Amino acid sequence: MNPSRRSLLRAVGATGLASGAGLPLNASGQAPITVGVIYVGPRDDFGYNQAQAQAAAALKKLPGVKVVEEERVPETIAVQKTMEAMINQDRASLIFATSFGYFDPHMLRMAEKYPKVRFAHGGGMWTEGKHPRNAGSYFGYIDGAQYVSGVVAGHLSRSKRLGFVAAKPIPQVLRNVNAFTLGARSVDPSITTRVIFTGDWSMAVKEAEATNSLVDQGVDVVTCHVDGPKVTIETAEKRGIMTCGYHANQSALAPKGYLTGAEWDWSTPYGMLVDAARTGKPHLNFLRGGLKEGFVRMSPYGPSVSAKAREAGDAARAALTTGDFAIFRGPLRDNRGGTVIPAGTVLEMTHLELEKMNYLVEGVLGSIPG
Amino acid sequence: MSARSGVLAAGRDLALSPALLRWLLPFGSIGAGLLAFGAFVLLIGRDPLEVYATIYEGGFGSAFSWNNTLLRAAPLILAGLAVAIPAQAGLVMIGGEGCLAFGALAAAAVAVPLLPGLGSGALVAGAIAGMAAGSAWFALAGVLRVRRGLNEVISSLLLSYIAIAVFNHLVEGPLRDPASLNKPSTLPLPESAMIGAIPGLDVHWGLAIGLLACGLAQLALSRSTQGFALRVAGGNPRAALLVGLPVGSLVVASCALGGAAAGLAGAIEVMAVHSAASASVLAGYGTTGILVAFMARQQPLAIVPVAVLMGGISAAGSLLQRRLELPDATTLVLQGLLFVAILAGEALMPRGRR
Amino acid sequence: MSADAWFTVMVAVLGGAVRVATPFLFVSLGECITEKSGRINLGLEGTLVFGAMIGYAVSFHSGSAWLGVLAAGLSGVVFGAVHGGLCSLRGVNDTAIGIALIILGLGLAYFFGKAYIQPSAPRLPSIDLGGWATHPALRAALQVNVLFLLGLALALALRWAFVNTRWGLELRTVGDSADAARALGLAVNRTRIQATALGGFFGGVGGAYLSLYYPGSWNEALSSGQGVMAVALVIFARWRPMGCFWAALVFGGAGSIGPALQAVGIQAGYHLWNAAPYVLTLLIMLASSSRSSTSMGAPGELAMTR
Repeated sequence: MNPSRRSLLRAVGATGLASGAGLPLNASGQAPITVGVIYVGPRDDFGYNQAQAQAAAALKKLPGVKVVEEERVPETIAVQKTMEAMINQDRASLIFATSFGYFDPHMLRMAEKYPKVRFAHGGGMWTEGKHPRNAGSYFGYIDGAQYVSGVVAGHLSRSKRLGFVAAKPIPQVLRNVNAFTLGARSVDPSITTRVIFTGDWSMAVKEAEATNSLVDQGVDVVTCHVDGPKVTIETAEKRGIMTCGYHANQSALAPKGYLTGAEWDWSTPYGMLVDAARTGKPHLNFLRGGLKEGFVRMSPYGPSVSAKAREAGDAARAALTTGDFAIFRGPLRDNRGGTVIPAGTVLEMTHLELEKMNYLVEGVLGSIPG
Repeated sequence: MSARSGVLAAGRDLALSPALLRWLLPFGSIGAGLLAFGAFVLLIGRDPLEVYATIYEGGFGSAFSWNNTLLRAAPLILAGLAVAIPAQAGLVMIGGEGCLAFGALAAAAVAVPLLPGLGSGALVAGAIAGMAAGSAWFALAGVLRVRRGLNEVISSLLLSYIAIAVFNHLVEGPLRDPASLNKPSTLPLPESAMIGAIPGLDVHWGLAIGLLACGLAQLALSRSTQGFALRVAGGNPRAALLVGLPVGSLVVASCALGGAAAGLAGAIEVMAVHSAASASVLAGYGTTGILVAFMARQQPLAIVPVAVLMGGISAAGSLLQRRLELPDATTLVLQGLLFVAILAGEALMPRGRR
Repeated sequence: MSADAWFTVMVAVLGGAVRVATPFLFVSLGECITEKSGRINLGLEGTLVFGAMIGYAVSFHSGSAWLGVLAAGLSGVVFGAVHGGLCSLRGVNDTAIGIALIILGLGLAYFFGKAYIQPSAPRLPSIDLGGWATHPALRAALQVNVLFLLGLALALALRWAFVNTRWGLELRTVGDSADAARALGLAVNRTRIQATALGGFFGGVGGAYLSLYYPGSWNEALSSGQGVMAVALVIFARWRPMGCFWAALVFGGAGSIGPALQAVGIQAGYHLWNAAPYVLTLLIMLASSSRSSTSMGAPGELAMTR
């Protein structure tokens, strides 16, 4: 059901070559297709948008696939018009709406208006019966990768204080904060994470200030969940502390302090969605995957990572890849003393409850504002 | 011989009256701006004709393009009025984005609970709430100016940032719809209850409301006594005071009206486009409105073509990205060059205008 | 909250004040010069962002961050001269030109800046004024960049120059009354163009600080309206150079309160804390104003709408 990215590309590539030019369908039954990809920010932000753009670039290499892209499209009427333009002017039949805010109402409205076009959204809660069948969402369980980052950080932190620069306290972000913390505390339960919310997805000065404030508080490993981690990573490197990356590989920015990072590998779900569109299979409405399925991956270890930390990181990754290890299992307490997951309950990575996360686990210093 | 008298002389030679010249100059300026942009395109190694053709096609070349353009222009009309009306009183209010935010929030907070009881009347209530919220916020800046001498450029800007912070705080906290987890929003309006499209067009009624507002503003400014009083107060406050005009009240009133326009723009964004107030509503329309108003020389009627031009450039930018793989920044360069050209062309305007 | 935590918050605010204030300082000092001559250059936001881009690019290609700062300053001179030149034409509104130049500046910066988001350029060094401190937060807060000290020196120099030099006197005369200036034989337009160009230089330098020191990175989200805010701060500072200095510090420090509090666990109302600089500025302006003092200290020729 979920071929690995490499084998998928190999299959598509081979059949593409075999078909030759000019035939409407190739030997695998794959029609040529125009795909539209829409980004909310610049494609080269060393972060969220860049990760999606890398997948789009991989799609471009597939024979028979044409990709039209538009970046810096705000989450307003403009994105509806962009989708319509891609459909009407570029004949796109599959649209990737990569920013979360595109889902409701913009993409849903377009999905209803154009029932023959497929829409794929990054992260939205597509629900059977509530949303049209030609719409769907894809996302990755990157919290698994953040957990591994946390394990590595836990081994290498000397002050036992970790830092997290976050944009907004929404479930996707909180899940990452918690996974990172749980990973670190699995190594040493005395480790704490300090979290700072900047208020928006792209605020260079606030991110720099947040990083500095964290270092001032004695934090010696920092990670983040903002659209462009560049500022956080570079500021941390300048202050001489260690970093774990996010979205994409930022090791070039922190040659000394970069430990590892949680990266997306969007080319896996992109490939699956394109394949379904080309072969006439039903649209994948709720596509999720983690380390196991190749939707997310770890950055290579940096020079500061000790052998022991490497071992622990590899072990954690293996546990998450074989699928019998769940990060969120009871008894789990939040940082206000309450129990959020009772003893005996295990929330698998795919559990929908996790997509509504609204707590910070014990060990996180800070609260959810508002 | 200066450039301006040269142009006038040429106009005379061609038997063009100064009034006609006044009409033609903007187009000439636009042409000059387009040429400058063409030079830029050559500089970056692309074909200007190809770029021009794509801009035309994207903004004005088909029914779809026109719908696209008008849809993007709609909020800019009211946003432009938000700056132009206080400008009549001599004020430069650059904080429209904050009023828009409060207007959006007020509309969302009022329209949704009233929907079961009032039906479409809830939308009217939302619009009124939006106008009231925006109006109060700008009026505050006006009062600070009149009573404490606080320069409105800085006070409206500060108030705008404060309003946006309060907006974000309320949307993520007390006014948040519990179901809107990953995209904090207020409780939404159902799709069927929202402001619909103008028949025959793909554009919501907000466009018509903006046009109406501009028409009313123009009428009021040029025909009514209060409008005249406002312009006198703005043009020469000392003379106005001598004549006995209530300059202070006029100033605050103009701010209130401008704020109402911005608040209405925010309300329409929620009730016609987004269905709820969220951070996505803060798309910078209030700030773009400043440019629109100045380009239109603070004349309400001129705001409409300027807003359409900006909408067209925005729509064209979309096509430039997809067709020619030019970055989004290309439209910013185009806008900048066009508007510098149009503004510089003002220098050649025959004397004797307002 | 422990005493140590409070200390760290205060130190973070102090450090933040210095770090964040510098671009505001340079832009507002540059705008101060321009406005003293009777013209408003609202376009410094575009100059700032373009300066940030060109500074980063030149630093990357030449290997010298200081060369980047110089390049940014020179690009600011160009923008300022264009602004000044256009505004000296009859009937051209300087606020409008400023806004148009913001857009042009941003467009050119983003367009040519695309190539410089990925590469890493040499950055400006810092001076360690805190070597004596044992507390890491204090030591970090006292890592000061030369530009901050240069900015302070510039503010002091301008304060002296506005009063004690012929240049300053001529500048102020042109700004207070163009008629009086012409009667004295001063070239009003040329003085204003020069003042705007000089102001642009400092605006560009302010931008270079952003990309080459703090946050020390070039990308499209670098500015959050610093250029526009800095122009407003000149009004707040009542057109006094040292007022610009204190305004920039207050503003920068207030912006660091939010993150500093969060680092010790106080998260509630974080959006509102982020509005602290604006609230503080407004309150101070209110407190120091009175019914009678409308724009006291404003150069006479400074008209916002013409």
